[in-house]
Parts: sequence; structure tokens; C-alpha cells
Amino acid sequence: MSATVVTITSGKGGVGKTTTTANLAVALANTGQKVCCIDGDIGLRNLDVVLGLENRIVYDLVDVIEGRCRLRQAMIKDKRLEELYLIPAAQTRDKSAVSPSDMVKLCNELKEEVDWILIDSPAGIERGFRNTIAPADEVLVVTNPEVSAVRDADRIIGLIEAEEKGPAKLIINRVNQNLIKRGDMLSADDVVELLAIKLIGIIPDDDNVIISTNRGQPVAFEPKSKAGIAFNNIASRLKGNDVPFLDLDAKDDLFSRLFRAN
Amino acid sequence: MADWMKQVTNKKQSAQDAKERLKLVLIHDRTELTPDELEKMKNELLEVISRHVEIDEKAVRITINQDGREQKLTADIPIASSRKRNIG
Repeated sequence: MSATVVTITSGKGGVGKTTTTANLAVALANTGQKVCCIDGDIGLRNLDVVLGLENRIVYDLVDVIEGRCRLRQAMIKDKRLEELYLIPAAQTRDKSAVSPSDMVKLCNELKEEVDWILIDSPAGIERGFRNTIAPADEVLVVTNPEVSAVRDADRIIGLIEAEEKGPAKLIINRVNQNLIKRGDMLSADDVVELLAIKLIGIIPDDDNVIISTNRGQPVAFEPKSKAGIAFNNIASRLKGNDVPFLDLDAKDDLFSRLFRAN
Repeated sequence: MADWMKQVTNKKQSAQDAKERLKLVLIHDRTELTPDELEKMKNELLEVISRHVEIDEKAVRITINQDGREQKLTADIPIASSRKRNIG
């Protein structure tokens, strides 16, 4: 095996990096791929709770890097999906515990064990970001259709290019079709035009994301939710399949028609 | 009715506003040029060019545009007359 390393990043915090990482991991593992995700946000561990694995942590990323445990011991095995693993972030305050070359070394070892390594990047453009970019074969930039998130995404895309890890691909999260129709939200086309990189996914704003995160059960497990479908589509595109983008309009029209019928 | 119309037109504008503001911000971020610095550069450019030819300053257009992820500096500088260089 030789895994593909995919890093999920954004620049701005709170746009949905961790949610995206968790859901892509679930979506890929659901199709029988062996996936290990790594929480790269040292000091602010979160991917574990989003995946619902917070009670199973014994060792973390820094333990592996500093030789306190073997790689296999730090890989938490998911109980729902045979092929899903998580290496959690350390809660240490010393962010310099990990270097970009540590991450490259760790991923090279892990590559032999799995098909996919998904790395959740911390917000910001400092060391934590560089750590998660260093081992990447592919970088996904998550943004929201809002001025601050798009601006930060542009910054991060430039830095990814400078690190020769580009071209990054774009995920636009929390797209609200009603606001777009009213002219009060940037459309996916607007964001793609501004950032000028290839789009790999559009995630609709969907309450199910919050509900499923509350339960530690990523929405990608729910094939009926719009966001769940969108995440599964991105996973399929990562595998090289040509999947058309969701028609958010058509879905909304159907829902509004159902409401009117009632 | 007029208020309703106003509300509709205002609403239409917010996504457009966002896009236009972002376009400008991204150009300045990517080039690391503030609007002031850009203005200074324009003036210096014109100063150099006017040493050699007479230009029609009112018709000058110097802009930075986005071309994919590249920024292009476009200068449209009409020459007023083909004056010879004043060497003496």
C-alpha cells in the first residue's frame, strides 16, 4: 500500500475543516478504503469529538513523534467502520513539539499501512499549518461564501503554491441557496472566479451537520442528508471519479413544493 | 411600495458588494501593494515616461487585474505628441 496524503486546510478558523476531515474519512472508509486521519491541531484537539472517538484516546501524535509509543498504538480504530483510524492531536501547549520533517517521516511510515491519510490542519499560517502541508500529496482548501473566509482562503492558496504543494482544490462549505437566490450570498461560481482554483465540492448549509456532530456521528453516515451526499461526492471525486455537483436548486424546489402541499 | 422596491434592490446588492470588495482586497493582498503604494507607483511610472514622451495624463489608465491566479499590471498611456528627447 502507498497512501495518498490529503491535507484539509483553510486559513480562517471555524469554516469546517474538522467537519470536512471527519466526513471525508467516513465517506472513504465506507467504500472499503483504509483511512487514517490525523488531527494536526496540536493543543486544540477536536477531530476526536467530531468523530465520536474521544473516549478511546491513549496515545497521541506527539507520543508517536517523541517515541513514547509505536505508530500502531496511537491509531484509534473506529468501531463503526472496519477501515477507519484516528491519530489524535496532543493537548500539550508546546506547539514546537512537532516539525514539518517529523510529519513527513510519520506519514511515510503510515503510508504503508493505509490507502488514505487525511490531515486536519489548524487555523492560521504558522508552524502548525506548515507541519500539515509538508507531507501532503494533495491539499483541499475549505472556505465559506463570506468575505473573511474567502480572503483567508486566497492567502492560504498562495502559501500552498509557494510551498510547491499546489494547485490546491476548493471546498465551499455552508452554502445557503436561499440567500444566493436573494442575492445576499456569494455563489459557488463567484467564489471560484475570485480564488481561481479548481472546485472539488460544494456543501450545502444543513442542520444535520450540527445534529450529527452533537452525537459524534458524522453526517456522511446519513445518505439522505444533503450535506452527507455532498461529502460522499467529494470522497468519490478524490478517488478520481467524475461526479456532477449537486443541484441545490432542484432539491430546494422539491422541499418547498412539499411544504406547500401540506 | 417604494420601500419594498428599495429593500429588494438593496438585497440584490450585498453579494455583489462582497464580490467587488473582495476583488480589490485580493489584488492588494496578492501584490502586497496598498492603494497608496499603487498610486505612488503609477505616478513614478508616469514621471519616467513623461521624461521621454509627452503623455495625455487625463486619458491614462493603469490598473491591476486578476488573470487566473496571476496579477497583471495593465497600462494604457496615450502619447500626446511624438516629441524628440531633449538631450541638451
